[in-house]
Amino acid sequence: MSAAKASVTEQDLQAYVDGWLAPPRQAAVERYLSEQPDDAARIGDYRIQGEALRAAMLDSGLGAGPAAVPERLLRAARGGAAADRGGWWVRAVAAALLLAVGLGGGWTLRGLVPGPVGGQIAGESAEAELPRLAAAAHRVYAAEARHPVEVRAEEAHLMVWLSKRVGRPLGAPNLDRFGFRLMGGRLLPTASAAAAQLMYEDEGGRRISVYVEAVPQGSKTEFRFVDENGLGAFYWLDGQSGFALVGPLQRSELLDLAKAVYQQIEM
Amino acid sequence: MSDFSRRLQEEIPALRRYARFLARDADWADDLVQDSLERAIAKRRLWHKPESLRPWLFALLRNVHLNQVRRQARRPAEVPLDQMFPQAGRSEGQTNTVMVGQIMAALDSLEAEQREILVLVAVEGLHYKEVAMVLGLPMGTVMSRLSRGRERLRRTLAGESPTTTATLRRIK
Repeated sequence: MSAAKASVTEQDLQAYVDGWLAPPRQAAVERYLSEQPDDAARIGDYRIQGEALRAAMLDSGLGAGPAAVPERLLRAARGGAAADRGGWWVRAVAAALLLAVGLGGGWTLRGLVPGPVGGQIAGESAEAELPRLAAAAHRVYAAEARHPVEVRAEEAHLMVWLSKRVGRPLGAPNLDRFGFRLMGGRLLPTASAAAAQLMYEDEGGRRISVYVEAVPQGSKTEFRFVDENGLGAFYWLDGQSGFALVGPLQRSELLDLAKAVYQQIEM
Repeated sequence: MSDFSRRLQEEIPALRRYARFLARDADWADDLVQDSLERAIAKRRLWHKPESLRPWLFALLRNVHLNQVRRQARRPAEVPLDQMFPQAGRSEGQTNTVMVGQIMAALDSLEAEQREILVLVAVEGLHYKEVAMVLGLPMGTVMSRLSRGRERLRRTLAGESPTTTATLRRIK
């Protein structure tokens, strides 16, 4: 008896309630409980609690089989919604490009970027082009004293709008602890998709930008660093999005910022 | 339909329960589920097969929820849990019928951190290790909160004031 008592812990008792014990251990707990009526009553109550919780939550119409599940959720599980959305942003970007051409093409990135810009952004090419596009966009807009952003951070619809246009939910990373404040963002056309740029500025007037682009058949990569003519960029792919953090900072400083962006931009 | 999609569909009821529990708003909960399913499809390569799917999906959903709350895009509603999980359609003659009627209100009176662990363990059948993964906590913390939560729930249901519930047993 005393041996059994000494060897049975509270964790054993909890695991006994949940049925996670291996048979020998379970037998030991049962022996123990047969000698400890207070604990046996307590454990009995826990089991009844569990049954009541399961009865209340599993039998509440949500677990009643596929017929009760809304169609939009079934479609999302099939991957349908993501595909719809992809189609939507491809159309949106096509429209944006037409608009740009109509306006004289003055604000596309073509010609600003060394090397070819066109082509389907996917896999390796996305990885190669991402930092170039991000750096080019940074160079153009960070230099703007009066109009560095298209929509200012104060406007509540900024992230909703960018999320819609880029085709994935985005939350603006908070970089306050590094001294960088969100100024706002803009939408950028790329060859095959839309990209969002978020611009940040510190007290000293240094500007960094976060660049996000939808990548149709993306993979997941680690952080990579490139120096684009004096402008540092950390970039990575994460599923169907490509990210870059660009700024005229030391590599180590940029890396800390990139990590913070990585942790926060998921939503 | 891919095997992965089929397995996702099987998890939808569990995701809807967890989302309702977190968000306390039926429409918002289904939005959360939809977001989580879309993310799961996009990130399916990050799920490694031997791992069970449910905790992985729960972690995704919880992450989406917390980010929305943090960005104050959504505020958790203050709807009582027993309204989120109505008693409609409940079969007669169940054991402890009275208790089933009270259990959600009693659960609601627990601290949030104990409540969530109790639901994940007792209702959704997650192992303690999986709960630790979903919540980003050490397993020891999960175990001690589970133990405290169960005891507090027991005393609440027994009609004792929850403030007097010190744990009876030292957690070894």
